[in-house]
Amino acid sequence: MTNWSVILNIAKTHLLTKMKSTVTASLGVTFGIGAYITLVSFMTGLNQMLDDLILNQTPHIHLYNEIEPSPKQPVNLYGDLEGAFNVVHSVKPKQSQRKIHNALPILDYLKKDPNVKGATPQLRIQIFYLSGSIELGGNLTGVDVMEEARISNFRDYIVSGSPEALRNLDSGILLGAGLAKKMSLGVGDRVQVSTVTGGIFPLKIVGIYQSGIADIDNIQSYANLNTVQRISGEAQNYITDINVKLNAISEAPAMAQRLEKQFGIRATDINTANAQFETGSDIRNLITYAVSITLLIVAGFGIYNILNMLIYEKMNDIAILKATGFSGRDVQLIFMSQAIIIGLIGGFLGLLIGFGLSVFIDQLPFNTEALPTITTFPVNMQFRYYVIGIVFALLSTFVAGYLPSNKAKKIDPVRIIRGT
Amino acid sequence: MMKYVLEARHIDKHFKKPVDFHVLKDISFTVRQGEFATVMGKSGSGKSTLLYILSTMDTDYTGELYLNGGLVTGKSHQILSRIRNEHIGFVFQFHYLLSEFSVLENVMLPGKKLGARTEEQIERDAREKLEMLNIGYLAEKRASRISGGEKQRVAIARALINNPTILMGDEPTGNLDSYNAENVLQIFTRLKEEQGLSLLVVTHDLDFAQRTDRIIEMEDGRIIKS
Repeated sequence: MTNWSVILNIAKTHLLTKMKSTVTASLGVTFGIGAYITLVSFMTGLNQMLDDLILNQTPHIHLYNEIEPSPKQPVNLYGDLEGAFNVVHSVKPKQSQRKIHNALPILDYLKKDPNVKGATPQLRIQIFYLSGSIELGGNLTGVDVMEEARISNFRDYIVSGSPEALRNLDSGILLGAGLAKKMSLGVGDRVQVSTVTGGIFPLKIVGIYQSGIADIDNIQSYANLNTVQRISGEAQNYITDINVKLNAISEAPAMAQRLEKQFGIRATDINTANAQFETGSDIRNLITYAVSITLLIVAGFGIYNILNMLIYEKMNDIAILKATGFSGRDVQLIFMSQAIIIGLIGGFLGLLIGFGLSVFIDQLPFNTEALPTITTFPVNMQFRYYVIGIVFALLSTFVAGYLPSNKAKKIDPVRIIRGT
Repeated sequence: MMKYVLEARHIDKHFKKPVDFHVLKDISFTVRQGEFATVMGKSGSGKSTLLYILSTMDTDYTGELYLNGGLVTGKSHQILSRIRNEHIGFVFQFHYLLSEFSVLENVMLPGKKLGARTEEQIERDAREKLEMLNIGYLAEKRASRISGGEKQRVAIARALINNPTILMGDEPTGNLDSYNAENVLQIFTRLKEEQGLSLLVVTHDLDFAQRTDRIIEMEDGRIIKS
């Protein structure tokens, strides 16, 4: 039978009379947990931001026609030379069109798929931006701008102007931020573009696009799909790329393989395209947890030390308790509950400090050219981390308390009382 | 036939460290209900060792020990703790109070552990015991702030809180001046006469022993007179 109120009362008295040690031990846990919460929130916030930076611009599945040589050269099809050792020099890419064959039916098909959140057609062409006598090479992508804004963070990257402005103006263009700076152009100005075949078209700047990646912002601009089709002199069904966004990103690899087989085009999924990116996130998470666990182990040793000293100090008390009818288990529970109380108090304070620091960091201004949508340091506050934090705190204090309390349990009262 | 509260049968004990030493040799004796017995002997005669076996704290012996007619030998530590709590009151040479607690809390602690009464009842009983020992006014004081004689009386009150079958003392007056020693002896005698409590006390003090019902004399691990 365990009489909790007596045990907790003794534990409380010990803790209160040894206020200094209690505070020291609790602070160890507090700092450990506080640092964990702050670190994990900040680190995962940064990870999330970096992931978004890349991943939001990468569709879950990207469909396009690859320019590549035929896997089967004509000589292999010639029956008389079958089984012979054929050597073909100067292999050229297969003569085919860049556009996706039957792009509009494919789009319809994708939009009806329940797994698909959205599919947008794109036409990517090479152009020159003309600024006086200077020609800047670049890309112009024709998009269905409203659909693009719906399924990706496209809107976040338009630093001035809006997607609606592009939709409303047929001859509008969202100019890359780097280009706008180079050519000293702003919203409302006109820019002339010329295609590789030579035609010159004036377009009105309705917005500035800034992805945060300088290499992209220096060449990339967006216009309406049919405008780009007109500029390049192609028909309404001329589409070079289809970007697919799924409801569940995990289905991307399987679906990409299926689409590749079904339509005979190239389909890359996000996991293949960004495999190295995942690795980076994982390693950063690993570092966060390694640092936090180290801090908690240090705090655990602090508790272990303090409880050990307390038990040496309380030898006589332990002997008395045992002589008057407290069992070894009761004595162990007294010291265990002290450890757990320290863990709880220190842990909760740590959560509060971690939360406070996270909020503080979240307020700090963080302006960078590369990230137009970010104004403060990114912090990822998740309830999950707080649960993990308190579980960590209790676990480490439990382990730190168990060993000394087990010693207290085994103390032989006769030896203490007789003074041998 | 008189009822035995404590009965020891053929108890033997060896100290194994540093060398094998036969401390207790075939000890058999009984304590009757309401008897005030003292154990006397020179240092090293094994009297304290015997007391700790009888108090159930030391379980490393051979032979049998009965308390209130029930066999105690071989019971688990958990059960022995319970038996100590309920049936045995213990007073040591050094008063051994929990110094961070008040006098009242010290006295109440074994009662709370037993959990047979409500907290209010235990507190009332504890105050009653303190009153009986003429130290009621100390109840709220910290245990570390009272004198040696007072501490010993508090320890007696603590030993009595669960109304034990037997009260054991290991040189309870050994650390007290003659005035306080006399006081403790009178308390013990009164407990025996008024409440019929059985007492078993180990002492060096011949004057003390001669005023009790019975002297058990030990020498070299044997009872030579009882």
